[in-house]
Amino acid sequence: MIRQFLAIFRARSMEFLRDRGTFFWNLLFPIVLVAGFALAFGQPDEKVFKIGVIGPTTGIPAILSSPQFQQVPYPADQEAEALKKLRQHQLDLAVAPAQHRYWMNAESGKSILAERLLADELKLAASSMNPSTPALSLWAKGAVTGKPIRYVDWAVPGVISMNMLFSCLFGVGYVLVRYRKNGVLKRLKATPVSALTFLVAQAVSRLVIVLGTVVVVYAGTDFFLHFTMNGSYFDLLLVTVLGIVCLISLGLVFAARFRSEELANGLMNLLTFPMIVFSGVFFSLEGAPAPVRAAAEIFPLTHLIHAERQIMLNGAGLLQVAPDLGALALMTVVFLAIAAWLFKWE
Amino acid sequence: MDILRVENLSKVYGSLTAVDNLSFGIPQGICFGLLGPNGAGKTTTIEMMEGILSPSSGQVLFEGQPIGPKFREKVGIQFQSTALPEFITVKETIELFSAFYPNPRPLAEVIELCSLSDILNRDNQKLSGGQRQRMLLALAVIPRPELVFLDEPTTGLDPQARRHFWDLVNRIKAEGTTILLTTHYMDEAELLCDEIAIMDHGVILERDTPTQLLRQHFAGALVTIPEEAVANPSDLQKLTCCHDLEIRAGHVEIETSDLDGTIRSLLEAKIDLTRLSVHKPDLEDLFLKLTGKFLRS
Ligand SMILES: Nc1ncnc2c1ncn2[C@@H]1O[C@H](COP(=O)(O)OP(=O)(O)OP(=O)(O)O)[C@@H](O)[C@H]1O
Ligand SMILES: [Mg+2]
Repeated sequence: MIRQFLAIFRARSMEFLRDRGTFFWNLLFPIVLVAGFALAFGQPDEKVFKIGVIGPTTGIPAILSSPQFQQVPYPADQEAEALKKLRQHQLDLAVAPAQHRYWMNAESGKSILAERLLADELKLAASSMNPSTPALSLWAKGAVTGKPIRYVDWAVPGVISMNMLFSCLFGVGYVLVRYRKNGVLKRLKATPVSALTFLVAQAVSRLVIVLGTVVVVYAGTDFFLHFTMNGSYFDLLLVTVLGIVCLISLGLVFAARFRSEELANGLMNLLTFPMIVFSGVFFSLEGAPAPVRAAAEIFPLTHLIHAERQIMLNGAGLLQVAPDLGALALMTVVFLAIAAWLFKWE
Repeated sequence: MDILRVENLSKVYGSLTAVDNLSFGIPQGICFGLLGPNGAGKTTTIEMMEGILSPSSGQVLFEGQPIGPKFREKVGIQFQSTALPEFITVKETIELFSAFYPNPRPLAEVIELCSLSDILNRDNQKLSGGQRQRMLLALAVIPRPELVFLDEPTTGLDPQARRHFWDLVNRIKAEGTTILLTTHYMDEAELLCDEIAIMDHGVILERDTPTQLLRQHFAGALVTIPEEAVANPSDLQKLTCCHDLEIRAGHVEIETSDLDGTIRSLLEAKIDLTRLSVHKPDLEDLFLKLTGKFLRS
């Protein structure tokens, strides 16, 4: 059993390493994509200040309503969310007019500039109303710090996960259908190797390959781009492994029966396109209608990318991403059960 | 004792009965040839015996038992057409398959037995037809099988490669392995097989040793003359000698036990004998007689 497993694992991994075209495609494609994103969306050069307004807007200083300022409203209980965005440089200031408070990010040039404008305004207002009161005492100042989150920081989990999706689905689904069509599976059926041993060896080989690729791609691009990483690498690795296992299981469903590569290929494409669009690889679904967001939950990629972003951008721990991990684990079990039920050597 | 038996074996594809109620056994230690024209049902039969195809009805017994889990460890199979795993070499492929069996033949022995030393490090996809068949045979003998299935192993090989392949099969036979072979080539069957069965349309027409079959079906020599040598077809009617006369593919074939008499009566009928040929009937002739088809069509 173990001997059979290791032999198949070895043969499959060698096939991958020696198939130069596929090998470089698997490595280069995500690197080029990540680099492309970094270049295309590198410097968001916005001329306006983005101000998070927490709670009711009555009493907001007049200058914040001028065209240089764009107001983003937050409900009173979403203060933490607004401050998070401020830390990530997605807001330049946060104000809570009802509490007479404001926050700025000391590591952001734009935030410092915006604060100066606001402070001048407040000083002016205070002196005209009540000259005896110290200018800024009416509004309490809070300061946060945090590195900016660029689009590429946000996009990198999506892009790498999308690459994992291709590699798992096609590297397992397509390849096994090809084996079935050209008779390799029939030859193996004629040996004492069980379908289970064979499939597990295929899946583990793919897991090692995809994980290796992800680590190389991530490390390689991180070296130049210095992604924001607020969580633990161990958690990220764990989520990634679970995600790969889930996507490979999905690949096995496609690999179970089809004899025609074209059919399998077409169906896999039919699935990957909506999955990529609706799982938030390239753009956030936060603004999408609720039914769309709910529907996107059925894709494993949605959960994988969400969990990765939570860990990388928001420093979430495993407990906070537990719902995503649970969904991935459940899907894995369902996919494996379907694949086992459907599988035929021929 | 029969190592493998089939009983009332049938395979039905829709309205086509590819294999029709076959029952026969293969004695231990012999080379058994299954012969038949294209579409006769050879591959369908052999794959049911290998446990690869499930029969529509009937059963296959290995050593008296229905095919069980140990069967796969005791038989070696060479399919009519198989792809090999890509991007690995001949040696790596043999090592891969060796890992599948509990007591595989050592690598060196496989290489020696199937003459693979010159292509060991070649990629599977880059083998010539003959090299490929040697390689596939190697995969079949790795488990030290008690029984080897070879489905048209020499189809498409040049005469030299075929002879070489026959040597390899004889070596395996010499080890005492039972062989079940399908083929289109009568010379191959005559040379390798101890017993043959000729099948067409899913049924076995005849089954015996090659010599016995020839003795049964042919009286003596086979005389052939081109049809155009017979100026007037009615001349043939006048022949006194020959009751067993057939015209096939532009040739008049006369089967006779009295060669002198036949030639004499041909001369009497004034038939041109310049291109006359006489030969001992072989399996090819028997095959044509039984199936009415040319084998290599
Ligand atoms: N999967 C299938 N579905 C339908 N018909 C089939 C199938 N496999 C084989 N047949 C038919 O069964 C018949 C016997 O086929 P088989 O492959 O056993 O012939 P064969 O004797 O091996 O021929 P060849 O010498 O060409 O290899 C043929 O008429 C073939 O078309
Ligand atoms: Mg055949």
